[in-house]
This record gives sequence, structure tokens and C-alpha cells, in this order.
Amino acid sequence: MPKVSLTVNGKPVSVEVENRTLLVEMLREQLRLTGTHVGCDTSQCGACVVHVNGASVKSCTILAVQCEGAEVLTIEGLAAPDGTLHPMQEAFREYHALQCGFCTPGMVMSAIDLVQRNPQGLSDREIREGLEGNLCRCTGYHNIVRAIAAAQVVMHGKAKELPRAAE
Amino acid sequence: MGYEGIGASVRRREDLRFLSGRGTYTDDINRPHQAYAVIVRSPHAHARIRGIDISAARSAPGVIAVFTGADMAAEKIGGLPCGWQVKNKDGTPMAEPPHPVLAIGKVRHVGDPVAVVIAETKAQARDAAERIAIEWEVLPAAATMEAALQPGAPSVHDDVPGNVCYDWHLGDKAAVDAAFAKACKVARLELVNNRLIPNAMEPRCAVGEYDAATGDYTLWTTSQNPHVIRLLMGAFVLNIPEHKLRVVAPDVGGGFGSKIYHYAEEAIVTWAAGKLKRPVKWTADRTESFTSDAHGRDHVTEAELALDDQGRFLALRVRTLANMGAYLSTFAPCVPTYLYATLLAGVYTTPAIYAEVKAVFTNTVPVDAYRGAGRPEATFLLERLVDIAALEMGIDRVEIRRRNFIPKDAFPYQTPVALQYDSGDYHRTLDEALKAANWDTFEQRRAEAARRGKLRGIGISTYIEACGIAPSAVVGSLGARAGLYEVANIRVNPTGSITVFTGTHSHGQGHETTFAQLIADRFGVPMSQVEIVHGDTAKVPFGMGTYGSRSLAVGGSAIVRASDKIIAKAKRIAAHLLEASVEDIDFKDGMFRVAGTDRVKSFAEVSLAAYVPHNYPIEELEPGLEETAFYDPKNFTFPAGCHICEVEIDPETGEVEVVNFTAVDDVGRVINPMIVEGQVQGGVAQGIGQALLETCVYDEAGQLLSGSMMDYTMPRADDVPCIQVGTAVTMCTHNPLGVKGCGEVGAIGAPPAVIGAVVDALRDYGVRHIDMPATSQRIWRILDAGRQRLAAE
Repeated sequence: MPKVSLTVNGKPVSVEVENRTLLVEMLREQLRLTGTHVGCDTSQCGACVVHVNGASVKSCTILAVQCEGAEVLTIEGLAAPDGTLHPMQEAFREYHALQCGFCTPGMVMSAIDLVQRNPQGLSDREIREGLEGNLCRCTGYHNIVRAIAAAQVVMHGKAKELPRAAE
Repeated sequence: MGYEGIGASVRRREDLRFLSGRGTYTDDINRPHQAYAVIVRSPHAHARIRGIDISAARSAPGVIAVFTGADMAAEKIGGLPCGWQVKNKDGTPMAEPPHPVLAIGKVRHVGDPVAVVIAETKAQARDAAERIAIEWEVLPAAATMEAALQPGAPSVHDDVPGNVCYDWHLGDKAAVDAAFAKACKVARLELVNNRLIPNAMEPRCAVGEYDAATGDYTLWTTSQNPHVIRLLMGAFVLNIPEHKLRVVAPDVGGGFGSKIYHYAEEAIVTWAAGKLKRPVKWTADRTESFTSDAHGRDHVTEAELALDDQGRFLALRVRTLANMGAYLSTFAPCVPTYLYATLLAGVYTTPAIYAEVKAVFTNTVPVDAYRGAGRPEATFLLERLVDIAALEMGIDRVEIRRRNFIPKDAFPYQTPVALQYDSGDYHRTLDEALKAANWDTFEQRRAEAARRGKLRGIGISTYIEACGIAPSAVVGSLGARAGLYEVANIRVNPTGSITVFTGTHSHGQGHETTFAQLIADRFGVPMSQVEIVHGDTAKVPFGMGTYGSRSLAVGGSAIVRASDKIIAKAKRIAAHLLEASVEDIDFKDGMFRVAGTDRVKSFAEVSLAAYVPHNYPIEELEPGLEETAFYDPKNFTFPAGCHICEVEIDPETGEVEVVNFTAVDDVGRVINPMIVEGQVQGGVAQGIGQALLETCVYDEAGQLLSGSMMDYTMPRADDVPCIQVGTAVTMCTHNPLGVKGCGEVGAIGAPPAVIGAVVDALRDYGVRHIDMPATSQRIWRILDAGRQRLAAE
């Protein structure tokens, strides 16, 4: 079986995989990083989004062997080592942007990439269009959009603290 | 720490684990030496199994076992039971054909499980499953209700001639006929309530384990009600006594009804784990979800509303065909009957109602409760009919509703269809919604949109639902095979922290937060001192689980009752410690005080005294501080409200954009407004999905055409608007919290508001109703026909 060497959440790993092993299978089954979820089999739902070399990728749509030498970041590697949440994680909590939590890891990873790609800032409409690749069945997206709008302010350095949601 | 009690938008405690990838969903659970199951499913809607050759699969690499229906039959494994029995008009019971775990002799829908392959890895199991050779005799299928009811239609079940499961009715036919005879106006409507596929984001999963040393079985499963699964699977399917069967529903990624039912795969992995003495895991891929999760809705209805010359409703007559699919899922028979016809009064004073419901077997996936379950079907029918009556009589849509509302001083209000509403103020939710939605200035927005070349419309629904399921004696008389109590066990730990074991289950609803708020409020302790435990039959005494917006109304009430018992006992202990009479002890803000004095004991001091006492009234009172309460609701709860939707339609393409959505709901007392708003917004999005996007399509042969997320249109972020949510509350009068429920109101109230808006936008095109989903194609055809008609004139 081929061996793939890569960095996952800052740690170098080397894993024996089958040729057909998907990145998400390697993450979940072999590295036991079960925060990344599988919600469909047609690359529609986005629950499995991780970052590969800094860009969001549906990890059900890429083979593990394609990730040789890559830097992979999953939801588990997002918070600071002292546990401080990434502003996007914090915003999702503050704005009640998750209910069952199943789409959340992919939604958060997609949202971070979306904000990072758009330093000029995004309107609510643009956020909605940018979330085309991620399905959520619980929230109706309303609070996800609010959370991303708030997080981008912090991520772009326009505020130190996350704007609080109104009570 | 701010205020954490009732009414505070406390941020959710469960979020930290979900946001950091540390939730534990069933598929995240891996047991030592675990094997993997893949189910071989029928590719045909209807076929006889002439033979199954498993030899090639059995000898494939990594394969541990292959089982078929014959293997289960040889061990006398039972079929999947149905939890509800509906009676025909003549009093005879419904047809209840067997539902084998793995098909025996015949398959009845695409996706019907036929065999299971268990291997060392999932890939090996999948590879081997390809090598199972089944000789089929393909039979003609009854893919739709229309086809199933034709004379000479294929029989889904050989012993159910005509494919009718039951032919049921409710209401006073004679009174309705008499009212129609004297009516000034009759509004008529034929409609389809489109079949939906729930699609919780987490696919179903089940892990079975057997401990050969103790004989204990454990099932981890994606369930909304683990105790119900233990009861049904243990007693009716696998014959495992309950003390030897533990069912755990850990973090569950959404349910919406689809994870209530006992499914074949749960029995398969549990049984196989026992046979193989190894843990066995099965995880659905999404394609399997489409062909094996219970679907929702699927009604075809003719309805007539009789009115007097003032637009007052005199009577309602409804005939509905309801699709059961190929087998009876756990709750299926009650959905188009007791959760549907009983809601046909809506918020109106219609004095006479008669409903006939014929439930039909077809060669499709079983249909059961999906978010709202029966109530969205009733609401859609009624609200569309009211709109049509208003249109045809030239009465304003708001005005006709006002004329027929049950007035707020009429409660308790007995409807002609069995329910008694306890409280509500329908004018108030209507008024507040009209105001919030700027209803009065809509014509300006319509004109402004017209200048941009868009057709703008507005729609309204004033809905009611019955939830807090359910009073046990009532549902028993209606055919439920179990009462629907809920259970809470509260354990005060010796140092005063509190563990609550609840029989309800959270799969997105935030119970770990809301229920902890209740306890913080009741006991005056910080939420950090409270743990909410659910989803494990080894920890929680019993429970009927979460569906029908019942968790707070029924489960929360059980928590209140158990809390009352704890406080009563703690007062007696405090009285002893304070050398006072128990009648003189007040409990407030976590302190027991001798009334009018400064003599106090903290909750933690009393808790410690309850467990490790030196000074204790041991002759009169048993030590310990743990209480259990079973709560049986006296009535359903009746959330109601008003939803208003505005859409814009592009006349060139038929594309609909929902531009505004306003919901004002009476959900009873609100414990956590942030969570309530989130529940309503999520429900509304599903309602918009049903109205505009989602539909399950089978072809004539019973092949599922909308069988993936590429073919079945789930609402995405840019399909739904900002959803404005308000509440206008009246208290439920019969539960101790005054709560009604909020989980389903969005899915119930939204569809008629959306369709009303679409029809309003197209008012110049001669359309009075559009069936769901109002896709751009369907709308474009209306626009095109209208334009051709205009051109011809």
C-alpha cells in the first residue's frame, strides 16, 4: 500500500493508505480526527471541508495520495494551543450559528476560507453566495450569515473583539 | 456570569465540542475489533426474489459473514413493529402486513434491504456486496397512490387487496352535509402535499456490540428516542430482555422525525454482533438515506369550504389520500389521521368538519412523520382554501381570517375535530406580524418592484398546531400502543451540583442549555453546577424521546416535577438542621431560610447533609437526594401564529426570490429566546424548501429519480432570506412551565405563506393555486400560458 506523508494540524504524519482512500477516510478512520464529517456521497453538502495548503477542499473529493507533502488543517486544529477559539468558531457560538453541529466543521472551514479570500469584506448576499457548497438543515442559514459577517470584522483586523449579538 | 435563568439568551453549552470537532456522533464511535456491515438493497421497486447466491461474496477478501432474510427467519427474528393502530370507518383494524428486517420472498421498494455483508473493512464489505447474485422476477410496481388504487393494480402486499391500509374518518358528516346545503358560497381546492425526503445532515449509523462474558448487547444509534428503540427492538424483533440491551444515542446530527423510527439496520448490527461476537458498524451513505430513511408528507386532497354571505366558515369537507409507502413505519398510521384531521379547524370557528382519509400502500420508501407531521398538511390545505375563498368572494385575505378567528375569550375552545385548545390570541399574533412585515405598505413595494420588471407578491398564513405529544389516555384511545409519558431523574450530588437525566433527546435543539437554565432557575445554582444527561438507556430510567415539539412541554415538565420533589425533601432536611418547622422554611436563590430570620443553610450544605450526615432525622427521612418524576401531559399544547412572506418573481425566467419573511409565533413561555428564534428560522427554511424547491419524484416503475443531493433540491444559503422572528405569547394553561413548543412551527406556518405570496405575485396571470414545489419551471409555464392567452385576446 502506498504511504503518504503530510502535515495535519501542524504535526507531520505518515500513513499507509489504499490508492482509493479518500482524504476524509484517512482523517476519520486512520488518524481518528472525527471532527470532519461525511454528509453525502456526491460532493454536495460540504460537511467534510478542510483546508489543504490554505484553501478549502471537500475532503471526500480528493484522494489521500494526492495530499503528499500537503499541509492539512481540520476543525480540530483551528483553536489556539491554549484553547482560544478562532474568531469564526467564537462567532458561530455567539450568534447561535449551529444546532445539531454536524455541518458545522465544514461550514466553519469554508467560512474561514471565504473570508480570507475576500479581504475587502463581504455583504450578507455575498456570504450567502459564498456558502453555496455547504448545506445546513437546522439553522436556515440566518445565524450562519450573521456569524460570518461578525467574524470577518475581527479576521480583517477591523475590530479586536467580536461584535456581540443583540440580546 | 450574567442572568442564566428563564428568559435569558444563554449561549449554548454544547457548542464548544461541536465547534472544535469533539462531538461524538455515532459514526465517530469505533469499537475494538470492529467489523463493517454493508447492506445489499433492492434495485427494483417490486420483485420476487427467486434466489440469492452469496458464495462469491462469502469467499471475497476480508468477508466475515453474509446474512439474508432466511438466516434471520431461521432464528425467528421478528418483523419491525408499528406503534400505532388506526381503525377503519367500520371499526375494523387497519391492514398491518409484516415488515421483515431483511426481505423474505419479495422486495417492495427500491432500497428494501435484502442481505448484509460483514467484513474486516468497509471497502471489503462494499466490494463483496457487489458479488452477491440475486435472481429477480421483476413485478409491475404501484409507484404512486393513483396507480395503487387502480382496479387490478399490483398488490404491494399479497394479503392487502386494493393496497388500502385503512379508510378512516373523523367528524360529523351529517352536520357538514347540512351546512353545505345552506351555504352561500363553496370554495373548492384539489391539492398535492409534496413528498419530502428529510435529509438530516448526519446519515443514519448503527454500531452493535455483544459482550460474550456477560451476554450484554449495546447499540449505538442515530436515534431521537433510544428507549423506544430498546423497547421495540428488544421485545418485538430480537427478543433480548431490556436489562441485557443498552441503547445509546450519542450526539445526533439532526433528525426532523426521520430518526424516530426503529430501522432494520439497528436490528441487523445488534443481531450480527451477537452472532459474530464482534462489534459491527453500519453507516449509511447518502444514497442509502434517500432510499431507506422514512420520507414525509405525500397527500393528495380534495377540500371544500362552505361559507355564508359574510365569508364566515360554515363547514369543511376533506378527502385525503395518504401514502404509507411499502411498509408501516413506526408512527406512520397516526400522521395523516390524528396529527392531521384533528387540526383542520385551524384557528377558526368552523362549526362542522368531516374528514375522510384513505391510507395507501405503494412500492416506495415508507412514509412517516417529518417535521410537523400531519400539521403542515392540514395547515397548507386550510390556509390555501381560506385564501381561495377570500379571492373568490372578494374579501381581503386578512379580513376573512379575522372574521373567523376563535376569539381570545373563547378558551378553552372545543373544536369539532376532537381537540380542545387551551389558550391563544390569534388577533394579536396577526396584528404583530402585519406590523413587523409592513403589510400596509406592501402595494408600494409591489409598484417599486414592477418598475424593476419584477412581479412581487405577499402571502400570509395564520396557523395552529398541536404538540407536546401527548396525553397518554387520549393517544391510547386513538390507537397508540404506548403512553407518551416523559421521565426526569434529578440527582443532587453530595456537594450540591446537580445531574439531570432526561428521557428526551437533543439532536440540535439545545436541551443541554435550556434544561440547565430551568434547573439554575429552580435551584438558584449556576449553570456550571448542572449537567444534563440524555440518550443512554443505561443512565436514564426511561423516556419516549424527542419529536412533536414535546421535549420542553413534556420532558421539561417532568424536570419541574422532579425538582419540586427534591426541594420538598431538602426543605425537611434543612428544617432539621435549622431546628425549625418545615412549614417555616423558605427556599430562594439557593438558600434555605427560616422565614423572617437570618438562619440559613445553603443548598450545598443541605445536599451534603443528605448524603453523609451525622445529624439527620434518620427515623423520619431516608438519606439521599435523588428523585424521579413521570409526567403525563393533560392535553396537547397549541402553538399558533402568523407567517408573512414576500417574494419577487422574474417574469422572464420564473425564478422566485423570497425577499422577506416574518414570523410571529405564540410558543408559550420562552426559556431561551436565542434558541427559540433559531428553531423557528430552521423550520421556516424547511418550509420554504417544501414550498419552492424540494420534492421526491418516483418514475412509473418506482425508481427514485430524486435520489441524491444533486437531484433533490435542498435549500442553500442563497435560497432563503433573512428570517425575522417575533413572539407574542400566551401561556399554556396545563403544564407547569406554560410552554407550548417551537420546533415545528416554521415548517407548518411557512409553506402556505410562501405559496400565497407566489400566487399573489402571479395574480394577473389567472392562477389561484400552485402546487408545491413552485419551481421556476412550474411558474414559467404559468407565465408563458398567461402571456399566450393575453396575446390571443
